[in-house]
Amino acid sequence: MSDTADAPPRASLLNDPKARGLFYQGLLIAILVAVGYFIVTNTIANLERQNISSGWGFLENTAGFGIIQALVPYAETSSYGRAIYVGFLNTLLVAAIGIFIATILGFVMGIARLSNNWVINRIAYWYVEFIRNVPLLLQIFFWYFAVLRAVPDKRSKWSLFDTFHLNIAGLRGPAPIYEPGSEVIGWALVIGLIATFVIKRWAKIRQDATGQQFPMFWTGLGLIVGLPVLAFFVMGGPISLEYPVFNETGPMLRRGFELGTGFNLIPEFLALTLALSIYTAAFIAEIVRAGIQAVAHGQTEAANALGLRKGPTLRLVIIPQAMRVIIPPLTSQYLNLTKNSSLAVAIAFPDLVSVGGTVLNQTGQAVEIIAIWMMVYLSLSLLTSMFMNWYNQRMALVER
Amino acid sequence: MSKKFLPLVLGAAMGVAATSASAATLDDVKAKGFVQCGVSQGLPGFSNPDAQGNWSGLDVDFCRAMAASIFDDANAVKFTPLSAKERFTALQSGEIDVLSRNTTWTMTRDTSLGLNFAGVNYYDGQGFMVRKDLGVTSALELSGASVCTNTGTTTELNVADYFRANNMPYEIVAFEKADEVVAAYDAGRCDVYTTDASGLYAQRLKLTNPGDHMVLPEIISKEPLGPVVRQGDDQWFNIAKWTLNAMINAEELGVTKANVEEMMKSENPDVKRLLGSEGAYGEALGLSNDWALRIVKHVGNYGESFDANVGPDTPLGIARGVNALWSKGGVLYAPPIR
Repeated sequence: MSDTADAPPRASLLNDPKARGLFYQGLLIAILVAVGYFIVTNTIANLERQNISSGWGFLENTAGFGIIQALVPYAETSSYGRAIYVGFLNTLLVAAIGIFIATILGFVMGIARLSNNWVINRIAYWYVEFIRNVPLLLQIFFWYFAVLRAVPDKRSKWSLFDTFHLNIAGLRGPAPIYEPGSEVIGWALVIGLIATFVIKRWAKIRQDATGQQFPMFWTGLGLIVGLPVLAFFVMGGPISLEYPVFNETGPMLRRGFELGTGFNLIPEFLALTLALSIYTAAFIAEIVRAGIQAVAHGQTEAANALGLRKGPTLRLVIIPQAMRVIIPPLTSQYLNLTKNSSLAVAIAFPDLVSVGGTVLNQTGQAVEIIAIWMMVYLSLSLLTSMFMNWYNQRMALVER
Repeated sequence: MSKKFLPLVLGAAMGVAATSASAATLDDVKAKGFVQCGVSQGLPGFSNPDAQGNWSGLDVDFCRAMAASIFDDANAVKFTPLSAKERFTALQSGEIDVLSRNTTWTMTRDTSLGLNFAGVNYYDGQGFMVRKDLGVTSALELSGASVCTNTGTTTELNVADYFRANNMPYEIVAFEKADEVVAAYDAGRCDVYTTDASGLYAQRLKLTNPGDHMVLPEIISKEPLGPVVRQGDDQWFNIAKWTLNAMINAEELGVTKANVEEMMKSENPDVKRLLGSEGAYGEALGLSNDWALRIVKHVGNYGESFDANVGPDTPLGIARGVNALWSKGGVLYAPPIR
């Protein structure tokens, strides 16, 4: 084959590792594509053979059913697509609020678990051990049914400062009514946030250069809270509050809070958010504890030697290093919480799975609905991990 | 790795191909030796398991009748409890052979789900249940109420239509399982519990104080409940249809579980055709000619099944009403066997 004697002996193409690798990878991809194609065409053929309707046209048909909680305008005359969108937003809401509460509670419990105070330490220990060993669905039922039975019925209420009221129909409070001019307050908040961000950068650069500290916390608080408050008074109070109407007389059915007055958090939402947050926080607490314990004790001693008190030691030395260990497993917990929110269907909270299930049953288009469910949860999970990976990189140890 | 992976993939692909071929349901059922029947997760009177796990009810009797006609054994049935949401998918995918789960016959379900309704074994309508102390006597007084119901049912749509048509605000709380609806209504989460009237009577028995609750007089919808089979297998569809018709015809002809042997001697040609001593009606279904005899012998006629499961002498105490035979003022009317 080779005509020059001093060229390296060429192996046959059959034994060339690179060619073999390419061949098998190509083959694998071809098989995967073929299987995918086969599954899709087979499904379509089977659906047609059984006279089951398919396609995405149903999303525009009228839904015809009511949804108890909708963040965007929704009525029975809205389309199936709109109903699914409402369910999706409800899922997002539960996930976002659940992650927020779980993170705070988890960090508090994780740090409490390391406390030298015996009582605090034991409380955190039993919290973690008890909560993480009871199935989540049971906890959701517990919060829903136990709490439903503990709070006053629809005709009575518990009140806090005469503003917030709790009964079996939910937690009611005043609803803000936005009048013209209220958008200025929103802009004030945005400006406050941007200004805080800019000043923070400037303060950091200055501190790096000169070592001078800047009272960032109070400045930020003043900008973010103070500016909107100032705008509120300058514009002459453009936001008013609508208080819920509570009827104590009249026909029995009409007593209690009138539908659609004030702001209401339905008990299904409260129970689900509570259960998800408390459950996930137990896992986060363990992650935080592991992260803190992963920081060598020498770091604490070094900080003490520099004269840092306990608070700053934790805040400036331990936590930043612990975060590197904490963030990756924390991401998993966030993803878990988001996906676990699909258990909402058990207690009538209209999340994506619950509303999607109703649509599935009314239209019979199981393949399409399940495809939507999978796409939404997959996208949500990928977005969460992308964000957390970015945050993880930022928090990674920077070698100087 | 890819070498090991290849047979796996091919195997999986072939597996999919194999399931895509359709076979006659009757042959499948005969081969496995029992009818797989989809029922509810527990609705007294219609399909409900006892402490030993034995199912009973009007819907269950239909499945037992099918099994009796095929195997001469009313116990050759396996039951799959299904939620309202799962039921059609379970039937479409072949997980069950017949769905007998208080399912309302509607046009969409009949036309776009690839299913066929084999008839009506209970004429129902949607009603409302409220606490007596609310002082409500009519559904038209329910403005502003919160309503508990099951998700994925026609109920959810009817209630939306009814409140909208009467311009009454309402709030819907829809649960996946009937047990949770009952628990939430019992706890006072809702003012109203709505489902098919028969279901209201059945679920009322599960409440803490059944006597504190009443069913309002309004029936807001037509809910013809019946067994369902897959589209595209006419033989199986016929068996389901005629199992129900045989039970209704048997009642009309006065053939009961107790007197069926005696009736074999009857000279009435209608009875002779029903019980298979004349003609070859069973063979046309792919069964033996004594198919209807087997149904009555093991399960009984429609009236017997009704009385035993939901009738006035049961805890449900539902009167025959519209579910009486056509000859007795109801709408039950089965085509003749001839």
